[in-house]
Amino acid sequence: MPKIDHVEDIRHDVIIIGGGGAGLRAAIAVAETNPSLSIGLVSKVYPMRSHTVVAEGGMAAVAKPNDTRDFHIYDTISGSDWLADQDAVEYFVDEAPRELIQLEHWGCPWNREDSGQVAVRPFGGMQIERTWYAADKTGFHVLHTLFQTSLRFQQITRHDEWFATALLTADGRCQGCVAIELRTGEIRAIRANAVIMCTGGGGRIFPFTTNGAIKTGDGMALAYRAGVPLKDMEFVQYHPTGLPGTGILITEASRGEGGILLNNQGRRYLENYDLGSPLPLTDPKHPQNRTMELGPRDRLSQAFMHEQAAGHTFKGPYGDYVHLDVRHLGERRIDARIPFVRELAKNYAGIDPVKDLIPVRPVVHYMMGGIDTDLDGATALPGLYAAGECACVSINGANRLGSNSLTELVVFGARAGRHAATVAQAHSLTDAPEINHQLEESRSRISDLQNRPKGGERLADVRDALTTAMEAGAGIFRDETSLAACCDTLRDIRKQMSHVSLDDTSSVYNTELTTALELEGMIDIAEALAHSARHRTESRGSHQRTDYVTRDDDNFLKHSLAFRTDANPRIEYADVAITHWPPAKRTYGAKPDQKENDGGNQ
Amino acid sequence: MKETTIQLDIYRYRPDWDAPGYQTYEVPYRDDWVVLDALNYVKDQIDGSLSYRWSCRMGVCGSCGMQVNGEPTLTCATFLTDLYPGPVKVEPLNNFPVERDLVVDLTSFLEKLDHVSPYIVRKEDDENDLTSEYSQTPAELERYKQFSMCINCMLCYAACPVVGRVDEFLGPAALALAQRYNLDSRDQGKNQRQDVMFQNEGIWECTFVGECSTVCPKHVDPAGAIQQAKLEGAVDYYKRLLTPWVDRS
Repeated sequence: MPKIDHVEDIRHDVIIIGGGGAGLRAAIAVAETNPSLSIGLVSKVYPMRSHTVVAEGGMAAVAKPNDTRDFHIYDTISGSDWLADQDAVEYFVDEAPRELIQLEHWGCPWNREDSGQVAVRPFGGMQIERTWYAADKTGFHVLHTLFQTSLRFQQITRHDEWFATALLTADGRCQGCVAIELRTGEIRAIRANAVIMCTGGGGRIFPFTTNGAIKTGDGMALAYRAGVPLKDMEFVQYHPTGLPGTGILITEASRGEGGILLNNQGRRYLENYDLGSPLPLTDPKHPQNRTMELGPRDRLSQAFMHEQAAGHTFKGPYGDYVHLDVRHLGERRIDARIPFVRELAKNYAGIDPVKDLIPVRPVVHYMMGGIDTDLDGATALPGLYAAGECACVSINGANRLGSNSLTELVVFGARAGRHAATVAQAHSLTDAPEINHQLEESRSRISDLQNRPKGGERLADVRDALTTAMEAGAGIFRDETSLAACCDTLRDIRKQMSHVSLDDTSSVYNTELTTALELEGMIDIAEALAHSARHRTESRGSHQRTDYVTRDDDNFLKHSLAFRTDANPRIEYADVAITHWPPAKRTYGAKPDQKENDGGNQ
Repeated sequence: MKETTIQLDIYRYRPDWDAPGYQTYEVPYRDDWVVLDALNYVKDQIDGSLSYRWSCRMGVCGSCGMQVNGEPTLTCATFLTDLYPGPVKVEPLNNFPVERDLVVDLTSFLEKLDHVSPYIVRKEDDENDLTSEYSQTPAELERYKQFSMCINCMLCYAACPVVGRVDEFLGPAALALAQRYNLDSRDQGKNQRQDVMFQNEGIWECTFVGECSTVCPKHVDPAGAIQQAKLEGAVDYYKRLLTPWVDRS
């Protein structure tokens, strides 16, 4: 049983929940903004285990003379199907080069040109090659660089393997969190004048995902329960190239380097989906930016679904698939640029990409939506900030471009850190009685969960029911029927969850307990997602409704905001910030589409 | 037809519960399963009280290192086909205190990592100049790249005979990361790192057995890093001790 003896609160000026790329960058930013502040880094895993570690392809920033800020802004906005906030995108693009140079100064082993300058590679949906990379382990290197650099700052106290269970609020401000120390089972209040949520996305609400076990959307659920809306949750990115079965990601960099997608007739089928025409592999211009295999992820994953419907995919034990062909790159280039692809394909698919075709299919990869924040990362709850995948600022809108997300972590992690530092020093903690009350509430919720009679529902069964419902109802293509069924099933799953009983009654490192707490949060965010999707009766970016097939700017050039209620989530809408790029048709293919951006609606 | 199964003998320990021991589970045998899949089957379907760490299941987060049939390995990269017909013994990593079941206490490693200053140290005050990157050629990158691939999975500590005997020994991963920064053309902190590397117990006891490099899933070759550091560093370090007035920065 968790101990309920009185234990002292832990106190910091700022706490960061989540120790991945955004959390570590935020912690360093707080330390640099005001070195006298005490910083607590609360993470359910050791920071170097955070899911940033698996990001592969690279990080976008304008760095070369052939590129401009306007190009990166336009690519990001058109990639978002005009749902991104343009003021956020402008700030993002302007800050990106500084933040990437900062990582370089901190030791990130970027690939280099012979001159000693950082090298860049092409990426999907980008008209200029601007993706900085460390082979195909960019996220791994960025995470370890940030983690190791964070060790320089004595004022950062790590609370490794502490699982946050609730936010503390008093006097209208967020004043910390409640957390379980896994190794002891102790449940304690961690108090702070500002809290930055950096807990990542929740891809694990789907059955087939690139996301690791820890990606359960915890921070989104904590903020949602504290009254903060979740924004644009209906937009879920399916990455077009995951390994069937495991869902292991085969990076977009494999296409950036020239890899191609083939259907079961050996054809480059993307030419049928308004993504331009293929060039022969021997053409020095291959691969062309914003064309064919370098189109955006939403369009490529949707193309797969059409190929599947037409019977042009291969049948496999883990679902249908197509082929990714990188053989023409040759062993030397594969080993130099995408060695991890080769390692993963050999280990987990039993094939060697140097001589074999790689089986791939779309796989849930990223959530464009998240905790609603402004440009400073501030939420509607004073004192609470969010950055990274758990947040929605929003630069990604209805579809994120590959290599923008790692950049987002550092750009907005740093900004949230700087802002939270300033706010934290202007406030002090209050000893309001509601803080103790909230702590006790968390304790009794956990003790109820552990003391349920044996023989109830199994945790894994509830989780499987949840993920099955999400894939069936809110997958790549959705409609009113599928979404209504999904919403109903989720209500039943919530009931089922209240009958779960746990095998594990130990207080030490009880992962069954944390899995149950994660699953409760996953049900919350799944509901926000399904209801937001049901209300958005249009198709935009990754949200494709078969009953409303076109984009509807008149009614839906808006962000969805899901508020938690005791019944179904309440869905409201907020305007999209448009600065200089009025909505236009998204076009891909060899012809540059800026000229078509004449300001008219599609 | 009866489903083929495989037997797992798993180390169990709950400090607030009972004495350590082994528990046997029978799980389905599937030829595309790794040991981690079998553990997840146990936890989901048979016994939710089994504790272990895992996340990425693609060999890069470094969470799921365990002893499998006595060898330290990443359970997400160890296939049941290579262990058939079993039984398969699964234990926590050697040379670490056990917190519970298959979960070990990594505190000592994190302290050791902290000691070697695993970050770029600059003497010039140019760190905040973010207008241009430091130059580094592909050849300069190649000098340290291999040692930057460490995922901190701790297999090398579980395999190292010196770690088992000398508590203070910084150990293979921390030393490889120290050497990674020593070899980085952007770094100017070699002296402060060497003070720690060579004053510490253990590095001189590391004979070129190379168990650490054998078990490393990322081919970091910590044994090579340690030998290289000893050769390059020792002479330099003792010169500084004997003639501190000479500026070698």
